[in-house]
Amino acid sequence: MVAEKLLSPAAARPWSWPRRLPANLRRLVRAHAVRLAALYFLVFAASVLGVLFFVYWTSADFVERQTEATLDAEISGLSEQYAQRGLSGLVQIVAARSAGDRGDAMLYLITDPNGRPLAGNIAGWPAGVPARTGWLSFSVESKSKGHIETDPARGRLIIISGGYRLLVGRDISDAAAFRDRVKTTLLWSGLAALGVGLLGGAAMSRKLLRRVELVNRTSERVMAGNLSDRVPLDGTSDEFDQLAANLNRMLDQIERLMTAMREVTDDVAHDLKTPLARLRARLELALIGPLDATAQSEAIRAAIDEADRLLATFNALLGIAEAEAGAGRDEAGPLDLGEIAGAAAEFYEPAAEEKGFALSLAAEPEVRIRGDRHLLSQTLHNLLDNALKYAGGGDLSIRVFRADGRAVLEVADRGPGIPEADRHSVFDRFVRLEPSRSTPGNGLGLSLVRAVARRHHGTVALADNQPGLKVRLEFPAFAAPPSA
Amino acid sequence: MKLLVVEDDRETASYLQKGLGESGYLVDRAGDGRQGLFMASSGGYQAIVLDRMLPQMDGLSMLSALRAADIRTPALILSALGTVDDRVKGLRAGGDDYLVKPFAFSELLARLEALLRRGSATPATTALRVADLELDLLTRTVKRGGKPIELLPREFRLLEYLMRNAGHVVTRTMLLEHVWDYHFDPQTNVIDVHVSRLRQKIDKNFDRPLLNTVRGAGYCLRLPE
Repeated sequence: MVAEKLLSPAAARPWSWPRRLPANLRRLVRAHAVRLAALYFLVFAASVLGVLFFVYWTSADFVERQTEATLDAEISGLSEQYAQRGLSGLVQIVAARSAGDRGDAMLYLITDPNGRPLAGNIAGWPAGVPARTGWLSFSVESKSKGHIETDPARGRLIIISGGYRLLVGRDISDAAAFRDRVKTTLLWSGLAALGVGLLGGAAMSRKLLRRVELVNRTSERVMAGNLSDRVPLDGTSDEFDQLAANLNRMLDQIERLMTAMREVTDDVAHDLKTPLARLRARLELALIGPLDATAQSEAIRAAIDEADRLLATFNALLGIAEAEAGAGRDEAGPLDLGEIAGAAAEFYEPAAEEKGFALSLAAEPEVRIRGDRHLLSQTLHNLLDNALKYAGGGDLSIRVFRADGRAVLEVADRGPGIPEADRHSVFDRFVRLEPSRSTPGNGLGLSLVRAVARRHHGTVALADNQPGLKVRLEFPAFAAPPSA
Repeated sequence: MKLLVVEDDRETASYLQKGLGESGYLVDRAGDGRQGLFMASSGGYQAIVLDRMLPQMDGLSMLSALRAADIRTPALILSALGTVDDRVKGLRAGGDDYLVKPFAFSELLARLEALLRRGSATPATTALRVADLELDLLTRTVKRGGKPIELLPREFRLLEYLMRNAGHVVTRTMLLEHVWDYHFDPQTNVIDVHVSRLRQKIDKNFDRPLLNTVRGAGYCLRLPE
């Protein structure tokens, strides 16, 4: 039992990061910024090494190549002398050149086939160096500041006729020292550059990580429910600041929507509770009332009417929600606002006349917008319904025209109008200005009007018709593509 | 008249079966789309009433499959999805009518009757006649008892629809959809005013009224019994 408990979790876990690795180190390794910094460092290191190698090659190696070139020139000079004057001439020249320190560190030696020196400034054939033509490295002893030291030398041997050897070389102790010095300098400067690169990369990724971490922490707090939290800006307006500002704007939008949604939900709950309570009461009364068939069927009919009104309210809410959800979506077809207004005017004309209105339509031709015919018709119907309900009679005019490149639809009545203070709130859901609420209606008509206007990138405004109410809807006019 | 009801919700299905049965239809029920498709293709139904959201196979796929098999039984879609887009999808899939849940039973009955009539009507009609009321679709004139009646274009369209469905109940929503092509609920009694205007013209000077109001349902153009 105990063994099982101990074994099973380990068996279930495949290998991963060592569990004891500190969490923030693990996060650091995983973090994209660190991986990016590491990659950057590798590229940086490779280029630094490349540059150092190039510097080495062009400085230290250059000296060596120059030495070889000098030796080659010397040898070809001596070869010419030999060709002209023979061995004795060569020996003479070598002896002459070897005499005295000329300060150019040149070394000469001519030996017979057995290696005995004939002339030159090297005491004898250098020990351990094979006698074959080509480049040789050997060491020579030199006197400087009173003591003898061994210096490295580089030279070239040629065998001339009769087995005599001519060795021309140069003391390269200066060059070797220079090379060592270059090597050391390059090594240290390379190490310093890599160190700076590493530190810089780490600092940069830390800075990046810190700012990402700020964004992360803010989003976590927002997700945890603190909707009004925002990412701090540092005012540099760099990409991170822009990202943070955009995130903040997005959060503002979300918060606004959430608040609006909460308000709507509250309104819906409140305004649907009342008719539902009434419905319940009616049914309950029918149940406990007298067992009279007509009274009962009357009560049921009243309950059905109540349910229908509730459904109508639901449908209106769904319609608004649908129109709002489609906000900003571009509708396919261009529509003639005048045609929509004409159909609505024709539809409402008898009812308007019956209620003592003089309905008139003045529509300019070809006022087109992009839009949804059903939603726009419904909008106009809501406005006409409102006028018929509240204006009491008189002129009721529908106008469609163009103004400043916008398509305008206006519905104006001669009723009591809407006080300026209320002209904004009437667009909210369930707002009805009539305190008694005696006229049928659900207070959703103008909410739909506004939702539809917004969906079509338009605006709706209420104005005084002196007297009466003027509702003005404005949409971007549809510009027909030029006909070919 | 045999009807097929394809509906997965037991309560709705039994409500439909009971109501349609009382109205004189023989009703079979399928509980899911696959069973519905099987039963509908074995034939013998005058109309299908189907839900959109069904187990196994949704209503629209079932309808498309049926239409692809060239079975043209008229179908009425019943659905809680009620936006214009939803309706258009339903009708494109092969539905002949679309009714949004919840619905009044009288509405369903009126629409079913209209569907069943549409199947038998001869499309090339040029004149309609109910009792002594005549409507000529070519000259666009109306006469009652030989006397010409002047109608506005909208009144003519309204009368035409009522006459095509003569003897049957036509609901306000049906008028709204077919005469005006408006697919949303009317807020006021605009339709009633239209009908009463029409009634003034075709019934006022005659003994027997033809255009009757059916309480709680709609209108019916017929001779009173």
